[in-house]
Amino acid sequence: MRLRDFPEEELFLKGSAACAGCPGSMALRVAFKALGRNTLLVVIASCTSVLQSPFPYSALGVPVLNMAFATGGATGAGVAAAVDYLVKKGALQERPNVLVWAGDGGTYDIGIQALSGAAERGDDFIYVCYNNEAYSNTGTQRSGATPYAAWTSNTITGKREWRKDVAQIMVAHDLPYVATASLAYPTDFFNKMRKAASIRGTKYIEMLAPCPPGWKFPSDSTVKVSRLAVQTGVWLLFEHEDGRTNYTAGTRRIIEGQAELVPVVEYLRAQGRFRHLFRDGEEDERVREYQERIDRVFDNLRFASRLRERLMDLEIRG
Amino acid sequence: MARREKKETAAGKPEDVGIITTLSVPIVGSVGKTGSWRVFVPVKEEERCNNCLLCWIYCPEACISKDIRIDLDYCKGCGICAVECPRRAIVMVKEEKGGGR
Amino acid sequence: MVDIANHIAAHAVKLARVAVVSAYPITPQTQVIEEISALIEAGEMDCEYIPVESEHSAMAALIGAAAVGVRAFSATSAHGLAYMHELLHWAAGIRLPMVMVNVNRAMGPGWNIWCDHQDAISQRDTGWIQLYCAGHQEIADTVIQAFRISEDPRVILPVMVNYDAFVLSHSYMQADLPGQEEVDRFLPPFRSAWRLDLDNPLTHGSVIYPNDYEEVRLSMQQAHERAREVIAEAAEEYRRIIGRFHGALVEAYRMEDAEYALVAMGSLAAEARVAVDALREEGLAAGLVRVRSYRPFPGEELAGLLDVLKGVLVIDRDISFGMEGALYSDTKAALYGKSQVPVFNAITGLGGRDVPYTVMMEEMRRVAEGKRREAVSWPTIRFNDHHRASREGMSRCG
Repeated sequence: MRLRDFPEEELFLKGSAACAGCPGSMALRVAFKALGRNTLLVVIASCTSVLQSPFPYSALGVPVLNMAFATGGATGAGVAAAVDYLVKKGALQERPNVLVWAGDGGTYDIGIQALSGAAERGDDFIYVCYNNEAYSNTGTQRSGATPYAAWTSNTITGKREWRKDVAQIMVAHDLPYVATASLAYPTDFFNKMRKAASIRGTKYIEMLAPCPPGWKFPSDSTVKVSRLAVQTGVWLLFEHEDGRTNYTAGTRRIIEGQAELVPVVEYLRAQGRFRHLFRDGEEDERVREYQERIDRVFDNLRFASRLRERLMDLEIRG
Repeated sequence: MARREKKETAAGKPEDVGIITTLSVPIVGSVGKTGSWRVFVPVKEEERCNNCLLCWIYCPEACISKDIRIDLDYCKGCGICAVECPRRAIVMVKEEKGGGR
Repeated sequence: MVDIANHIAAHAVKLARVAVVSAYPITPQTQVIEEISALIEAGEMDCEYIPVESEHSAMAALIGAAAVGVRAFSATSAHGLAYMHELLHWAAGIRLPMVMVNVNRAMGPGWNIWCDHQDAISQRDTGWIQLYCAGHQEIADTVIQAFRISEDPRVILPVMVNYDAFVLSHSYMQADLPGQEEVDRFLPPFRSAWRLDLDNPLTHGSVIYPNDYEEVRLSMQQAHERAREVIAEAAEEYRRIIGRFHGALVEAYRMEDAEYALVAMGSLAAEARVAVDALREEGLAAGLVRVRSYRPFPGEELAGLLDVLKGVLVIDRDISFGMEGALYSDTKAALYGKSQVPVFNAITGLGGRDVPYTVMMEEMRRVAEGKRREAVSWPTIRFNDHHRASREGMSRCG
């Protein structure tokens, strides 16, 4: 799928309450293009609850059910069950896409139970977590997705813990489809949404969503920061299907040696939420910890990739 | 036994409002003409544009059409289009008057 | 059929042609969902069953299903009900029809699985319609009526059908289930005020400012006011089509010539009939008003029945801490400005404590003999050796 083949129709209606440069509205717009108007959207408490504009006007051109914070997976389950019932009874000709749209708060923390429950039951919907790595809607407090050393309004000198990885938790649920995405790779995201829509069961896609006010960078750099996240190896792009994980787009290029890892310090310097790591011209110890972790992860990934290539080679020859 | 005079309040019994719930209607400009938000306005340099569609897909507000016309009524001036354009065919310029129309 | 009330309720749900059931097990509700599961797996019930991982999720799934536009049902009790509290507000405010059985059970700590009304009373401000049943037959009939009430265009509010833990939920009694054809005549196909409609996309539940919010809440209150009529109509229609009647908002027993009355809800009200009959034998002109609809509260009906009496005793199987029995407060409010009848409160039966009709009789006698000073009594309190043992242990804390 190339950009020129993306549908032209806009189901995200301009003139919304989103911040300038918002990754959430950007992602939702592309998701809508991938899924089309035959979509029921569940939005749980997050920035998207607000950026869609207040009563009585909405920036969203599909049927939308806003719901309480912890309910993403469960509301999706209810909508999916009702839709299945109507299809079974012939009241609905075509089964619409059911899309649950949640932030990292509603996915990693308060909503993880409902998500896990739905995933274990295999309720039939697409769950997208747009992850801006904090509780942005309430003023950027830390979440389980907040990365190590990041400033938030309640981790002033930098978060002490490394982040959770819910995408991997979803892989552990043995879902038919789990993927990660980045705004800088729109065709990758579009294809993943389309693929998810074609699969039955619970599908989980996590999109890194760099937030200008929360991460403290200018509104014009949302895509740039999204790209750096992949290029530095902080954010891995993959899809997990049929029990196998395959890396995609920028991440794949790094693993297969077509691109070098960009030093993580470039990613960190691009965001004010890591500013305290660069005081008085010095680089904080934590920058090195970041680079070490990423190097370790990619050493393993590259090794596994080369090993697989080697084995395939031997098989062909043998 | 003194009796207090009953005063009818101005409101009285509330009118029947029927069923009213938090249902919203989708429209363009749901929060108004957001073009008024911006400080910088994108200016397109026609000759440089090769229609790669990156600005179209990156605009977080869906303000750039597929044929690369920018809707200044709603453009918030985030500047992503200018930063991402590989041909530098969009430039952000400080707007003289208040943004929007 | 002769069965436990939980199973009977499940069969009523089946007759109502429910499309989606989402529920989490909790004693003493478990047999409701077990029976529904069994009916589905036997091919006797055609609905989607979501075995959610918590009660909060049960209510979320219910709301999701109702929003799509299908008939949806859940069941819970006590801590499960409390766990969904946030979403009970949402379910009422979202203006979609839903029905839930709540098996009235005590709140912890400690773990007390037996009956009292604290659980549902604690939710009285959420906007749900609350009906209380006193027997198995009424449960079967009220579950079916609940869907009709909930989906009525004048109402569109969720309905909670309450009945007592173990006394009703687990006891075997006889109940006649109506036929499917009769129920289909009584219960029209699902209808709602709005839904998630691909042909008419709307957004529900976004930000709403102070300038717009009050009217949404007034709308709910007015729906409750209209629901009084709808509840009565549904009961009358049910009598007409299926032939059984358990009262509308209240059920009056021997009130025509009563001088004193007991007011109660649930199975205690059934027990109170025995007390009334026994008091009559003694020459006391007693009667009973059983409150069937707690929300909307039948203020007018109670005032009409109680205003010229010589004394009223309200039995509460709950306590609004810092105040008094909830039913007591509401009953007095209904009489305010209309009558000077002395009204008293007995808080009793908490945590499944047995309330023999003899206790009710004794309390009523004290009212009639003018011997009662205190407004609120706890007639079945008995501090015992268990309490002493526990307190002794506690006293050893440093």
